[in-house]
Amino acid sequence: MNFFSDLHRTMTSQKLILAYQGEFTQETTKSLLTTAERSLEASEEDQAIKRKVFNVMVESLQNIVKHNEEFAEPDRAHTAIFLVGREANGYTIMSGNPVHKKHVPGLEGTLDRINGLEKKALKDLYKKIIQQTTLSDKGGAGLGFVDMARKSGERLWFDFPEMSEVYCFFCLKLNVSRELQS
Amino acid sequence: MDILQLEGTEDTPKVTLDKKTGMLEISGRSLPEDSTEFYKPVLDWIETYAQSPNPSTDFIFKLEYFNTSSSKLILDVLYALEDIQGIKVQWYFHEEDEDMEEAGQEFSELVEIPFEFKAY
Repeated sequence: MNFFSDLHRTMTSQKLILAYQGEFTQETTKSLLTTAERSLEASEEDQAIKRKVFNVMVESLQNIVKHNEEFAEPDRAHTAIFLVGREANGYTIMSGNPVHKKHVPGLEGTLDRINGLEKKALKDLYKKIIQQTTLSDKGGAGLGFVDMARKSGERLWFDFPEMSEVYCFFCLKLNVSRELQS
Repeated sequence: MDILQLEGTEDTPKVTLDKKTGMLEISGRSLPEDSTEFYKPVLDWIETYAQSPNPSTDFIFKLEYFNTSSSKLILDVLYALEDIQGIKVQWYFHEEDEDMEEAGQEFSELVEIPFEFKAY
């Protein structure tokens, strides 16, 4: 039973206020949002920070839901994870989900490009994408990542450790700082 | 013309589209997974309305949150409204919600519709 106290210790040291692993659907998204919202309300978090955290959570969760659709059969090995941490200076929203290796270069390229853009350039890219994408284009050409970067105001941290010959684990971490954003 | 009335849920906005009273409003949270499906009846209603609109039309957006998938559909709603004579958008935002105010400004830059910004 050591893993139990180990897990608790890890969650405490990482200041996690929410941790979920399992199936991700729109229903899961809704209930995780409700849970996080209650936690934010209970801590009397500033409204502006609360809204940013909520927005980043929505995009992050819906991203997992979208990526997970490619796995035809639910498989334990393919479950995703979602974590929210709270520290004195702000929040950290972390997601991890398996992606097919063929998607990794594209994702890396998109995320690197976004990380290289300043506030104004991110705004322009956002406007460009919503104008260009069509109704059927569910992928949205990275619009969710652009939005997360804008709400966060910081770089997106990401990594793609290998899971198997076919899959990598897409880890994405974003901070929402309590410091005033310019 | 029929009234389109959709009650808001935890992930979809409240919609009221009523030609007779001139009340055209989308409010609340718009976070559906499939925004295209949710906004279809809204776009259909506007298409019909645009054929014989009221002399002046104020379309109200009073959103608390919206996801990126909704943002594309909100732009489509604005495109559908663009050619209506006497159209004006009233974009409401919470007085401390700079992101929502900025989002409205960005939409206003993408369409030829006068926007009125209102803090609440």
